[in-house]
Amino acid sequence: MSGDHTSSVISAQVRHVEALLESRGLLDNGEIDGRIDKFLTRGSPANGARITARAWVDAGFSERLLADANSAIREVGLSMAGGLQEQRLKVVVNTVEEHNVVVCTLCSCYPLALLGPSPSWYKSEAYRSRVVRDPRGVLREFGLELPERTRISVWDASAESRYMVVPRRPEGTEGLSEEQLAALVTRKGLIGTAAV
Amino acid sequence: MSRINDVGGMAGFPAITEESDEPPFHADWEAHVFALNGALIKRGVYNLDEFRDAIERMSPEEYLAASYYERWFTAITMLLIEKGVASPEELDLPHG
Repeated sequence: MSGDHTSSVISAQVRHVEALLESRGLLDNGEIDGRIDKFLTRGSPANGARITARAWVDAGFSERLLADANSAIREVGLSMAGGLQEQRLKVVVNTVEEHNVVVCTLCSCYPLALLGPSPSWYKSEAYRSRVVRDPRGVLREFGLELPERTRISVWDASAESRYMVVPRRPEGTEGLSEEQLAALVTRKGLIGTAAV
Repeated sequence: MSRINDVGGMAGFPAITEESDEPPFHADWEAHVFALNGALIKRGVYNLDEFRDAIERMSPEEYLAASYYERWFTAITMLLIEKGVASPEELDLPHG
């Protein structure tokens, strides 16, 4: 981790490069701030939670979601085309028999539009190297102990493909509305490092 | 031969640490680096694949020592030089 001194040096370097690019007409005034704002407001785990709750209550939607996630999420007003290039989305569903977990071993590919900015642990070498070798052990470190009989599938994202997990619907939630169900779903549940 | 970024299955990395209530960026400069990259790709100065490739071309020592957005900034400056947008001297902070 970088200390304060490194941080102030790199901060000055970044400002210097920005000013240079502005002077060459490669960057507009205010463009950086606009991009930061757009990124921070574009995606949030609430989007993935909304997809999950809809899949829990609507079997037809769930089926369409598994068959062609890019099309299905448009039904709830979401899209994978808002970033630098459209990405193929595959949604995988947890069951008693199978648990799914997502990683990007090569870098940090992540469904930003559905989950918002990614946590540092997702981008760490520790997670990327270990979850493919020992997923059960890694999930245990996250506090998720799965029964031996549950198979674990690890999905490795790439430049063109993104994955999202639909967690298992918790028991005793039959009476809840779609909105209340969505509120139960966490970012880690959508990555697969938590039960829901 | 795989590059250093290809860590899947590699042994020797420490336990995973989670940060509670983690902000999207840990410093303003990180947000600026993120946005700068998007702006340069949109302008066609380089494309997303060239950007990934630049990160992956870092030496293992440099890659492992750098934080996530330090890698991004290194890749951006590498590409600005290689594309002839600026010289290393111009990108360096003025001394004095």
